[in-house]
Formats: sequence, structure tokens, C-alpha cells
Amino acid sequence: MSGKGERAAPLLGQTPSQTVGPYFAYGLTPQQYGYEFKSIASSVLADETTPGTRIRIEGKVFDGANAPITDAMIEIWQADHSGNYASKPGSNAKFSGFGRCGTGTAEGGLYWFDTVKPGVATAGDAPHVNVIVKMRGLLLHLFTRLYFEDEGAANAADPVLADLPAERRATLLARLVSPGVYRFDIHMQGEQETVFFDL
Amino acid sequence: MTSPILRPRDFSSHPAYIDSGYRSTALRGPTRPLVPLKANLSALAGPVFGHERLGATDADLTVNGAKGGEPLGERIIVAGRVLDENGRPVPHTLVEIWQANSAGRYIHKVDQHAAPLDPNFFGGGRCITDEAGRYRFLTIKPGAYPWGNHFNAWRPNHIHFSLFGNHFATRLVTQMYFPGDPLLMLDPIYLGVPEKARERMIAKFSIDLTEESYALGYTFDIVLRGAAETVWENH
Repeated sequence: MSGKGERAAPLLGQTPSQTVGPYFAYGLTPQQYGYEFKSIASSVLADETTPGTRIRIEGKVFDGANAPITDAMIEIWQADHSGNYASKPGSNAKFSGFGRCGTGTAEGGLYWFDTVKPGVATAGDAPHVNVIVKMRGLLLHLFTRLYFEDEGAANAADPVLADLPAERRATLLARLVSPGVYRFDIHMQGEQETVFFDL
Repeated sequence: MTSPILRPRDFSSHPAYIDSGYRSTALRGPTRPLVPLKANLSALAGPVFGHERLGATDADLTVNGAKGGEPLGERIIVAGRVLDENGRPVPHTLVEIWQANSAGRYIHKVDQHAAPLDPNFFGGGRCITDEAGRYRFLTIKPGAYPWGNHFNAWRPNHIHFSLFGNHFATRLVTQMYFPGDPLLMLDPIYLGVPEKARERMIAKFSIDLTEESYALGYTFDIVLRGAAETVWENH
């Protein structure tokens, strides 16, 4: 791999991103919206046979006028209860770790996931769920992270949270609103604008 | 195997979050700068989808929504490769598409455009790339349709594409356009992309992909972020 006369190959240009638009539902979340086409992923990641603490994550996505957005799509990607992502060889393949939910079928634009609380994938990190946000009017999707407010000690030690200004950290904390139910609202703009990551 | 570090998203190839031409971005695009995550975190492997999740006709939109007849419109083949920036194929990755029918109408319940639905066309499809990163769909050429962005606003013919790649951070949703469409230079969504990168979203007509007496062929290659190590050519 070394020697004279070698040249770096020119890079190909990245294909630009475009909005998911208003009509993604029958293509990406068909069963949730009642179309006759099987979904490759849904809101339900776990059932009574899944090891770990079963939880529900739910929330709404708000625009800059604080109105709930009813044509957004949320995707989550998380480790299982012991901290393994399903992409890791030898992991618990029964838990896919990937979920998808549109905000257009529940009252008031709610999205929800039935899953398990993720374990710690990397020592030092607090348990978290990786989140992708897409919607009409968003030309390039956004990455964020959901942390759990009742993981105070782990959150305090988490390097990603630690790098954030204190006043913005709270935008990434899902609140425990009833036993096993975490609320995670996403604010596109305004005082409570969610922290979105470049990764 | 060590995790590669991905090249960053090339923001000079992607649209801005708030675009004055595309009205809906005004209240939906974030206003604060994205917070960089440490580079090694971009290499988190992404979800993997196997063939078992797909139906036998998922990649053939001319039959997967048919109710006893054939969809109306111009049959087309859309095929290409999913590559990374280094030119390496991205094998075994999920490609999902959705589109309007030939009259410019989506089957989606909120689409109220006064154009007919086609009882034999659904408009959604998917497949998984092969060893060489290739994918292939058979479908119907989508029609243009009006949208409410501004007076007399029409979307150019397009097919929505959703891809994963090998990493969580290589996720891409884009739209494929057709060559020579006069609506492109009037479309704020297309024009939201910096000029140098726009043509990457336009498929190329291919006589080689075209099938005799059956369907026109269009080639559309998609480039995802690649690993940041230098790739050396020995030739």
C-alpha cells in the first residue's frame, strides 16, 4: 500500500439529501398508516419475550410556532438491554433495535415506541437511543439522542452530554411521566430547540 | 476489524435547513448550529435488513399493487449502484422507493390532487443491493403534480429514495429526477441543493438498460459517505 507513483482516487460527490416529503407513509410506514404493504420496521421493538426492562417512548415534534407536526417520521436505533447493537456479530438478533414511527396516525401528532431500555454500549456512556428526524419541510434529516432523566449519575458522566452547554442538555432528556413511559418531545426551533448533532 | 471513521457530511453538496424558496422550511429547519459529535461516533454500525423482510414482488411496482390489471403509464426500469465516496460498492443495503402514479397522484390519503388513482398501482417498493451494490426496480414513470408552495408550483417527475448504507450516519433520503425536465429549474426543493451537486440527483437515460419492446431504462447511482482512509490506486 505504499510506494511511489500512487495517486489517491478522486472522491465521488455525495448524493444530495432531499426532504422525505408529505407522502412517505405508504412507502416507509405502510402498516402503521393502514396500507396493504408490509412494513420493514415499526413502533414495536419489544414484546413480553424480550429481555430487559420494557419501556414506552413517546412524544411530539413541534415546529417554530410550537404547533405539533403531523407529517414527521422518527427513526430510532438502539442497543439491547445488555448494550449490544443488533449489527454486532453474535448479538441478540431477536431484538432489531431499529424502529420507525410517523406522527400522522395518533391523536395530536404523537409518535411512540414500545421497546426496552438500552444498556450501555460503550463504557462511560449513559444509556441512550439514537434518533433520526425527518419531515416535509426538512431537506436534510437530523440526528439527535434520547437520554433518560432517571439515569442521573450516568448522564453526569456521559461525554456527549458533558460537552453541551448546561441549558441545552435538558432538551435530550426523556422524562419519566408514568411507570415505564418516557416522554421525549422534539422542538425544531425556539427556546427549547432540541440539540441536533453533526455526525 | 477496526471501525473506520467516516468522511463528514459534505454540507456543500446538501441543501440548507432553512431555504427561502421552500416555504415549509421556515418553521421546521433548526436555527442553531449542529453540535459536532466526536468522529469515532459517526462509525456506529447501522441497522441491517435481510431479504427475509422483503416480499417477492417488492421491487416490481408494476405488479406489487396490481388488482387484476396492469397499471397505466410508461413502464420504466430504474437501476444503478449504491457506492461510497471512495467508489466502493455498498452491498446488502436496503433501498426503499415511493412515488406518484403516472397521473401525478400519490395513493397517500392526504393527497387530494384532482388526478385519478390507479387501482393497479401502489407506488411503494424496495430491494436490497447485491454484492456489487446494484439495485433494480421496475415501475411506471411518475407524473408531475401541483403543490401549494407558491402560485402554479409543480413538482418535477421524481421518485423518492431512502437508503441506509453500513452506518447509522450514512442514512440518506433523496429524490431521483428525470433528464430534461423543464420543471427542475422552477422547483425549490431541487434548487435547494447547491448548483454543483444538483445533477447528481438526475438519472441518465440508458439504451443499454432499456428492454426491447418493453420498457425504457434509467440509471441512477447513489453515493453515500465513505470511510476516511486514503484509497490508493496501484495502476
